[in-house]
This record gives sequence, structure tokens and C-alpha cells, in this order.
Amino acid sequence: MEALLALIIGLLTAAGVYLLLRARTFPVVLGLSLLSYAVNLFLFAMGRLRIGRPPIITANAQGYADPLPQALVLTAIVIGFAMTAFVIMLALKARAELGNDHVDGTHEP
Amino acid sequence: MNLLLCVITPFLGAALVAWVARLWTWHAAWAAAGVTLAASAALAPLVDGTFQGTTLIERYAWMPREGLDLTFRLDGFGLLFALMILGIGLLVILYARWYFSPQDRLRRFYTCMMLFMGSMLGVVLSENLIQLLIFWELTSLSSFLLISYWQQRAEARRGARMALTVTGMGGLALLGGILLLGRITGSYELTTVLAAGDQVRAHPLYLPTLVLILLGAFTKSAQFPFHFWLPNAMAAPTPVSAYLHSATMVKAGVFLLARLFPVLSGTLEWSWLVGLTGLLTFLIGAVFALFKHDLKGLLAYSTISHLGLITLLFGIGTPLAALAGVFHIINHATFKASLFMAAGIIDHETGTRDMRRINGLWGVMPYTATLAMVAAAAMAGVPLFNGFLSKEMFFVETLGVASEFHFGWVVPLTATVAGIFAVAYSLRFIHDVFFNGAPIDLPRTPHEPPRWMRVPVEVLVALCLLVGMLPALTVEPLLAVAARGVLRGPLPEHSIALWHGVTPALWMSLIALTGGVLVYAGRRPLFKLAARLEGRWEAWRLYDWLVAMVFDLARRVTAALDRGSLQQLLFLFVLSALVLGAAEFWSDSAPLTGPRPLLPVDPVSLLVALGLAASTVLVVILHRQRLTALILLGAVGLGVALIFVKFSAPDLALTQLSVEVVTIVLLLLALYFLPKSTPAESSRARQVRDLVLAVAAGGSTAALAWAVLTRPYESIADWFLTHSLPGGGGANVVNVILVDFRGFDTLGEITVLALAGLGIYAMLEGLRLPAPAADGEGRAWDPDTHPLIMASLVRLLLPLALLVAVYILLRGHQLPGGGFIAGLITAVALIMQYLANGVAWTQARLPANLHPLIAAGLLIATLTGLGSLVFGYPFLTSSFGHFHWPLIGDFELASAMAFDLGVYLVVVGVTLLILIHLGLVHDVSHSTDEEPQ
Repeated sequence: MEALLALIIGLLTAAGVYLLLRARTFPVVLGLSLLSYAVNLFLFAMGRLRIGRPPIITANAQGYADPLPQALVLTAIVIGFAMTAFVIMLALKARAELGNDHVDGTHEP
Repeated sequence: MNLLLCVITPFLGAALVAWVARLWTWHAAWAAAGVTLAASAALAPLVDGTFQGTTLIERYAWMPREGLDLTFRLDGFGLLFALMILGIGLLVILYARWYFSPQDRLRRFYTCMMLFMGSMLGVVLSENLIQLLIFWELTSLSSFLLISYWQQRAEARRGARMALTVTGMGGLALLGGILLLGRITGSYELTTVLAAGDQVRAHPLYLPTLVLILLGAFTKSAQFPFHFWLPNAMAAPTPVSAYLHSATMVKAGVFLLARLFPVLSGTLEWSWLVGLTGLLTFLIGAVFALFKHDLKGLLAYSTISHLGLITLLFGIGTPLAALAGVFHIINHATFKASLFMAAGIIDHETGTRDMRRINGLWGVMPYTATLAMVAAAAMAGVPLFNGFLSKEMFFVETLGVASEFHFGWVVPLTATVAGIFAVAYSLRFIHDVFFNGAPIDLPRTPHEPPRWMRVPVEVLVALCLLVGMLPALTVEPLLAVAARGVLRGPLPEHSIALWHGVTPALWMSLIALTGGVLVYAGRRPLFKLAARLEGRWEAWRLYDWLVAMVFDLARRVTAALDRGSLQQLLFLFVLSALVLGAAEFWSDSAPLTGPRPLLPVDPVSLLVALGLAASTVLVVILHRQRLTALILLGAVGLGVALIFVKFSAPDLALTQLSVEVVTIVLLLLALYFLPKSTPAESSRARQVRDLVLAVAAGGSTAALAWAVLTRPYESIADWFLTHSLPGGGGANVVNVILVDFRGFDTLGEITVLALAGLGIYAMLEGLRLPAPAADGEGRAWDPDTHPLIMASLVRLLLPLALLVAVYILLRGHQLPGGGFIAGLITAVALIMQYLANGVAWTQARLPANLHPLIAAGLLIATLTGLGSLVFGYPFLTSSFGHFHWPLIGDFELASAMAFDLGVYLVVVGVTLLILIHLGLVHDVSHSTDEEPQ
């Protein structure tokens, strides 16, 4: 299971990085989203993997998953949304002002 | 308490003054005067004790663990400066009331003036050196605002920038010096540092410490070769010059010299560095002053010269010289402030400051002329005026140096030459302005200024005369207590009197006076020579050249690193991260795989993983077809949510799921305004290059994740797990961490969220985008935008969705849920209305202005935190209790739930703000598209 998650994190990173290096704004935003999935999963994995042990206190629980990375990742997901929104708005603004959607804003549409 | 009040009153007063000035412009002066009086009143009860010789220390804990307390100190020397700052400040406030015209922005002047006054008081009343430095920098900043008061004038901006650059660099050096001093003595408290003089002087780091501190003091006090900012700062309004360049800003440098005198002085290095700088500045300032045709320029160079004199006195280093230095600080403040004010009156009345045009004003303003003449005589060091007394003490001290080393006679000689020029420029100030024929082509017809504009000058001139004639009765007690504060020991034998008999110093005074008259009489050939050399040896040229070099260097570095291509920068960024990480990885010999036992793979997980991987790969392959790629991205997000479900993170799964919905809706909306497909531009080679880098990055991340996942670890999780229920009253530990244990973080995070929302709002404001009339395949949009069944269904669903959201919010403390998730669910439910019914329909039913909602959320969260302060607990301490409600049963209420409500409101507000305003852009763009048809 660990190997599977590590591979998924790696794949998401690779896909994110590749799209990040594209020349148009929309793929870059897609790449950023993929990369933030990877980062969130990576951060979450710092608490190691436990199955069926949610960090909710009950009388007869067998143990709990680490709640701290979860709390961190929860806010990271929400902030990540705000970031995505901000970047896509920048892309729209750039399109409106420059007339094209190239990341450097210098190329002909 | 009083010292803290004294320092803080002007800062608080700045707000009061700004507010008063907004309502009644002219009353700003009275408000500022009131604030100054209030600060003085805070100081008043302490004056008596200080004269008895006590040193008062006030201490407030600030960052005790770092050795930083808010500490204030009042001794005789600090008191002297505080009195000058407040007293001359009050006079300047009064004077400025008549100096400015109605179209000047008095609000800005008086507000900045209060800020500056507070900063200066902080400098002179600080016990902690770091704290002193903070106020020191505040004086630089507030003086920048004051000097650039007429910001529409280029020379004002330039002068302010120059002053800030030079004094700011000096402040940086001073910080280094203070840190070294703290390292040597082990404390930043002045009491300790002042007592450790021998230890400091014997330390190997003494010289660097001394040089750094002197750099701070010399730049502030405009000593050669940093003097050039002061004449350029004359672009400020005259009240500013009268305040900054007589009693306060430039005196901060000599204040520091005097303050640290017991610690740093008494070595050869000190004598040479301080003495030589002072001597040169004294001479250069005096010579340049004579040749300035600008009234304020003359005064500026004269100020430089007098500051050099004071520095030289401290450099000589005997107790008597230090006493003379303190005395001259007092005298210079009084006569220079009154001279600046007189110059301001002349400028105000004639409309120019050029001494070649202003002549013969004696005929039109004899009263002002008399005042100015008294002050100028004090500046020249004429007997019966205060300047004479301290200057004679100064001459005595220079004679003392003469016998001490080989070329010692240079010092009294140079001092006499500078004295000659001081007399000459003072004479010029009087003769050129008030006599010397008739005025030439003045912009205005001069007459005596308003009565009250003269009062501050009268007060200061009266002081010059009183001190000059009756020194023992007037200044002696204050001087004695101030000098004792500097020397921290018994005072040397001294007598301040008009007549000491025929001494060598008296001869020097006489030579200076007669020489000055002779030089002035033969000024014409000198002026011609000066005109030919004009601007050749100006130190600001070097400054300009240095600044230009720095900018040039910065531009070149930027040009080398940033070629204006995001792709290239990102490539380099990822590559260097990869190389640095790999280098560390290879140098470490630990095995990749750790000893932690692995979890078995089950078929369902494998299936999900495969689906996720396939979607990810497809996003990359199909990324040119943007809509398809977006849908696939949604699938990836769902897969990630499933991973959270699998590995015991229900809160994360819920958050991920709802964020995913919102993100996809947002990107869909945005995609409407963007091209529907990405052109194939990258060359094959570039694609391969990027792919290799991406695979390398992905591979190393995977390896890193694997290495971490297979290693056992120690976590602080147990603390949270055991304290969640008893300490936070919640069973859902993740939520308790968010709203209770780490509530401060969450408060910061929702603030960031709110700011991002507002930023997006600002960006979208008035944005018009080219809206396509057809979809990607060229088909026109369906005119039936809101299908009836969907619209009705979504309306029916709304209450249900909101109910779910409230349920999720309320149960968050015990079960998966909470403010973040509930906020997102609410937002999704409301966005559904927009999607199904259209923006116009929904806008008519929902408030479009979401700012109050966001503000309310932040306010609730902050107030919940502050609430605990009221009960005497630290910020954001939560409390909870169990209550029995009829019909519902046992119910727990925690203050953290109110905090969560704040989180909820912010999340709802921001999410809706972003999406609705993007939708509105859609409307704006469309309506403009259709109008021309």
C-alpha cells in the first residue's frame, strides 16, 4: 500500500511539473492543481498510513491515525482552492490586457 | 508609567490630530499642541527627582525570553533632550500654524510631526539599545515623510530619499554595532553597558563596534563625508527644518555619541575617528556656508559645522570637553531653531530665499531683523550671547589638545579658521538680508509677519540672551544634571561666566571676530572663486554615482537571471531543486527502505489507484483539449478524496470532495473566456526535455515518499489525542486542532482566504473579457440557458443542502465536519442556484455584496479569541460546557464552535465572492458584445 501511494504521489508530481512547463495559462493551472494534490498527499503521508482508525475519540478504538498532518492538509486544501482561483483570475486578467494566454504574455494569440 | 505615557502620547496623538484635522483643518495645530502638552505633563512629575540625581528606569515585559523588555530610562541627559524635543516642538507647532497657507495639507504635516516627536522621545528615553534603535529608525522614516512634505516637487522627493538612504544605511551599521556591544557586555540594557566601559575597550571587537556605532551617529548628525543629505533636506518646509535640524533629528547622532561616551571614549581610536571627523566637518561646513546664496543653504551648512564642533568636543574626550559639548547642544538648538524660523518668515514675506535678491529688509521688518540679528550673533559667538560661552569653552579645549601630541597645534589653528568663517557667514546672514542696498525684484512685497508667527522666535531669542548674560542663573542647573548623566560621575571643575580674564581662548575669539569681519569685507573675489568651483566637489555627486551603480548592478543581475520567460525560470527552479535534493540524497548512505511493516494491497485500492493513475496520465496527454482535461482533473480529485477515505481521514475526504466541486465549477467558468484548446507550440525536443525533468521530479518525490512511509516515527499526535476531549471538549481531534489547539493558525488562514477573495474581487472589478459567441466547435450557444427541470429541482434541493451544511457545522466538534466543510457545502448549494437559474434570478434573491459576510466571519473568529482575554486567559483559549436542553437532550456548547462559525462564514463568503463575480464578468462581457448589433 505504501508503494502504491508513493507511486501515485510521484505520478501526480511528474504530471504537475510537466504541465507547469507548458506555454499557455490553462495547462499551467491544471499542472498547479495536480501538483497541489501531490503536495497534500505527501504532507498527509508524513503521518504514515493507518486504515480504519480515524482520529475521532471513541471508547473502544484500537488506535488513531495522526490528526496533526490531517489538520494541516485540511487548511492546505482550502487555501489551495484560493490559490487556484487567484491564478486563474490572473490568467483571465492577462488575457484581457494582453490579448493572449501565453504565460509570458509576449506571443501572438 | 509616566515615561511610557510620555513616549506613547505623541503616537496616539498622531491619530487624534489626523482626525481633528479632517474635521477642522486649522485646529490641527491646537490638537498637536495639546498632545505635546500632554506628553510634557506626563514627564513633569519626574523632573524634580531627576534634578536630585536619580536615574529612573521603567520596565515592561515584552519578549522576556529574548532578553527584550520595553524599558525606559530618564536621567539628566535624557531629560535635557526630552525638554528640547517637547519645548522646541511646541514652538514649531505654533509657528507652523501661521507659516502654512490654506492649500497646504496641514493634516499630513501635523500627523507626521507627532510621529516624529514620539520617535525622538523614544530615542532619548530608551534604556534598551535595541528599542533605541527601533525608535532611531522610526525617526528616519517619519523625517522622510516630513522632508517630502511637498511631494509634488522633485527636489523634495530627492532630498527625502537621500536623507532616508544615508541615515538608513547608518541605522543598519548602528544595528551591527549595537549587536556587537550586546555580545561584548552580555546585555542590551544601557545601565549594564555603561558600567562595562573597561571591558568593552579591552575587547578585541572594540574597533569594529566603535566604527559601526560611529557610522550610525555620523550619518545621522550629517558629519563629513555624509553631510550632503542635510543641505538637500532643505527642500522641506521651514518648520520641519527648524525642528529636525536644530534640536532633534541631527542631534540624535551627537546624542548617541554622548550617551555611549563613557563606554567607547578614552582610546586613541576614539580620539582620532571622532576628533578628526568633527574637526573636518566643523571647517568644511563653515567654509561652505559662506558661499551659499540660499538662506536655508547657509543655515544648513552652518548646522553641519556646529554639529562638527560638538563632535570634536566629544572626540577630545576630556570630561570638561564633554560638558562643553552638552552646553553647545543646548545653545545650538536655541539659536539655530530661531534662525530657521526667521529664515522662514523672510521666505514667507518675500517669496524667495536668494540672498542676492533679498536686501535691505531692515526698512520693512525691523522687528524681525532685530530678532534674527540676536540669533545670528549667538551663532557667530559674539560675547553676551549664549553661543559665545560654549564656543569659548571649545577654544579652551582645543588649546588643551595642542600640547598633547606632535601636530596638536593644528587643532586650535583649524578651529580658529573655522571660527573666522562662522563669523563671516553670520555677518552675511545679517548684512546681506537686512542691509546691503535695496531688494531686487522680490515676488512679494514684504512686511512684518503676523504677531503670533514671531512669538516662537521671541521665546528662543530671549533664551539666547538670558543664557548668554546670566548663565549661572539660567542654564547651569540643567547643564550640570545633563552633563552628570553623560559622564556618570562627578562633574569636572568648571565655571561658566562671561569674563575669565585675558586668556588664550579670548584671543582666539577676538581673532575669529575680527578675521570674520575682514573675510566678509573681502568677500567679492572669494565669491567669484566659489562660483567657478561651484558644484565640483559636491559629495552628493559621489552619492548619485553610487546609487546609479547599485541600480545598474541590480538591473544587470536581474537581466542575467530573468529573461522574461516563466517556462525557463520554472525549468531552472525545478532543476535546481532536483539537483540540490539529489546531491544530499547521494551523500547520505542510509538505505532507501525503512523497517516499518507494510500494509497489504487490496484489490479495490489497486483499482482506484489504477483509475487515478490513468486519469492523471490522460490529463497530460489530452491537455490541449481543455474541457476534456478539466473533466479528467475532476476525476483525479475524486481519486484523491478516496485515498483520504481509505487512510482514516474522513474530514479531509469531505473537504477534498467539496473543494473539487467548487474548483471545477470555477475553472469551467474561467474556461469560457479562454481559448478552448491549446496550440501545439513546444518543439519535440522541448517536450522530451520537459518530460525527462518531470519524470525525474516525480521519481524522486516518489522515492522520498517511500522512504518516509517505510520509517517508524515519533509524533506529538499523542498529546493532541489525549487532550482533545478533556481539554477541547471535542472528539473530532482534527477539528479540535483547527479551532482550538492551533486556532491562531486557522485565524491566520481564514484571513489569507479573505485576502485572496478580496484580491480576486479587485482584479475582476471592471474587467471586460472577449466573450465567444459560439463554443469550441463553432456551434452557437443554446438560447435556453436554464432548463426548467433542473432549475426547479435545484430550488427544491436548496433547503435540504443548507440543512446538511448546518448539521455538518454543528457536529464538527465531535464527528467529521466543521466550518471549512460546512462552508464549502453551503457555497456549493448556493452556486447550484446560480448555475441552474442564472445570475440575474439569483442575484435578485441573494445579497450580492459578500464583503460584510467575510468581515463578520473574521470578526466573530477574532472576538471569540479576544473573549478569552476578557476572562484572563491567553488569546483563543476555548471553554466548553454541557447543557441539558428540553426535547433535544444533552448538548455541548464550546466557544470553539463560535470560532468555527467564523470560519464557516469566511469560507462561504470568499467562495461565493469569487464565483459570483466571475459570473458577473460573464454578464458584463456579454451585454457589451450584444450592444453594437
